[in-house]
Amino acid sequence: MGALAAGVLIGPAALDPGPVLLELLDRLPFVDVDSGLDARGAAIVWELRLPRAILGALVGATLSVAGGAYQGVFRNPLADPYLLGVAAGAGLGATLVIVTIGSGSALVPIAAFAGAIAAVAVAYALGSAAGGRRSGVTLILAGVAVAAFLTAAQTFVQQHNADSIREVYSWILGRLGTAGWSEVAVMAPYAAISIVVIIFHRRLLDVLAVGEEEARALGVRPERVRAAVVIAATLGTAGAVSVSGLIGFVGIVVPHTVRLLVGASYRWILPLSVVGGAAFLVLADLVARSALGPAEIPIGVVTAFVGGPFFLVILRTSRRSLS
Amino acid sequence: MKRLTGLLLALVLTVAACGDDAPAGPTTTADTGFPVVVRGTTIDSRPERIVSASPTHTEILFALGAGDRVVAVDDFSDFPAEAASLPHFDAFNASVEGIAGFDPDLVILSFDPGDVASGLAALGIATIVFAPPPVTLDGAYVEWSEVGDAVGLSAESLIAVARTEIAAIVAQVPTYVRPFSYYHELDSTYYSIGSDTFLGSIYGMLTMVSIADEAGGGYPQLSGEFILEANPDFVFLADGETAESIAARPGWSELGAVQNGNVVEIDPAVASRWGPRIVDLVALIAREVHGVGA
Repeated sequence: MGALAAGVLIGPAALDPGPVLLELLDRLPFVDVDSGLDARGAAIVWELRLPRAILGALVGATLSVAGGAYQGVFRNPLADPYLLGVAAGAGLGATLVIVTIGSGSALVPIAAFAGAIAAVAVAYALGSAAGGRRSGVTLILAGVAVAAFLTAAQTFVQQHNADSIREVYSWILGRLGTAGWSEVAVMAPYAAISIVVIIFHRRLLDVLAVGEEEARALGVRPERVRAAVVIAATLGTAGAVSVSGLIGFVGIVVPHTVRLLVGASYRWILPLSVVGGAAFLVLADLVARSALGPAEIPIGVVTAFVGGPFFLVILRTSRRSLS
Repeated sequence: MKRLTGLLLALVLTVAACGDDAPAGPTTTADTGFPVVVRGTTIDSRPERIVSASPTHTEILFALGAGDRVVAVDDFSDFPAEAASLPHFDAFNASVEGIAGFDPDLVILSFDPGDVASGLAALGIATIVFAPPPVTLDGAYVEWSEVGDAVGLSAESLIAVARTEIAAIVAQVPTYVRPFSYYHELDSTYYSIGSDTFLGSIYGMLTMVSIADEAGGGYPQLSGEFILEANPDFVFLADGETAESIAARPGWSELGAVQNGNVVEIDPAVASRWGPRIVDLVALIAREVHGVGA
């Protein structure tokens, strides 16, 4: 909440926090105050800052909970939401539209979403077909192979359309800069589905953490849990990348930070990742648009640049183990 | 009308230049001498097979009258129409062998991250790299003249015409109590230009100041709320966006430029090159902003 408030109150446009607060109050039912902001000031608050902060919260929450869930379901601390090829598939889809139509096209998010879903579907199909023991490991390897293949295709397309290379990079590095309410409306249902389904499975992930054989002995079917979590995480992540590009590091650093602070139980890690991820990304976006004055820093750069050292500090000061 | 004056002037200059020199064609002055050294590259004799890997330099070559000696251009060289129909290649992934395959005796590049130039030099092909791009109009004129030297044609009359036409337009710009501010959009993620860029210097001649200067100039990516707050007098779209499409962006309907119809769509090709068509860009901006010029 604090992060969200800061996200709305602070920005490169020099609006005093007081009038901004009054402007927000004014929109509440039965409250009528004059904020003193002109039409443009109001538009900055309502059309730009608020949707941007909310979108940042939704994306951060979704990426974090999806990352945490992947780390659990694959029992791999390096897992992140892009593990099974979401990023590569979305990147190829977005790049194809950007080079053929342009970065402003409404097809960019649709193509990114479709590419993300398709990549994971292929990785899942290949991984399941190859994995005799239905182990999560073959799924990861299939994801790595699909991601490498799609990234190569994306790089090829990008290099052969060098005139739009800046647009492609700016998409790849992630952005909330052009976000409005329409992106929030697109993202909200995917975030909701993804977060609800994953949190619903939190206890099963704890069981799975003991080991696949042990989980089976306890009556849990690992492949079923895996399928549900992968589908939910993929929907949420695909929604996130379609509206904000590839924002890295959130999905790894937030769940691990939570784990170091509260322990290894997914009953706590997943819900707290939702909150922590939302706050982290809103604050990162605040840095992205404020640190260099009116110029923007790509948010993916901020998440890694700020998140990396922050994570190391947590790692060093925490006595809990990662596993 | 302005164009006609320019042409007449070109003719006068050409005649003057032809006065005591060797005979020359109707639109070009006498061949300059060879061998000639341009940007450290020695060109021994008049190039007959030119490869241009830069849209700007393709335009300069054709404007100088060397178009019939150009044998291949890069994919983005789309002007004039004769250039667009030449064999073309991808300059961003250019290979030494690919370019050498056109059997050129002069290759012009505007950037060369893969060091194609030294490979071509090893094959004995004269190669000039025009980088970095100029940041002022005078810098652009220097490049025109260097291209002229390299191909054995004088750019003097071309430059004189451009100077005269641009000076005539600038002279008509009224004096204002404060300069107009503008936001020049390079792409739909709000990348823009500062007054310290080449394009910024063009706007500057027309007494306009970029809102991106506050972000340190250069080519910054601006934040959306800053653009709204700065409320530029004019918005120039060089990315295929339209007045309608930007009015639909969140909050942008509150921009003064949008409400007052001061949104100008400009051809990205014209606005990103520094060839002779720069005169057209100056004329367009002067007409849209000040209501003056050709």
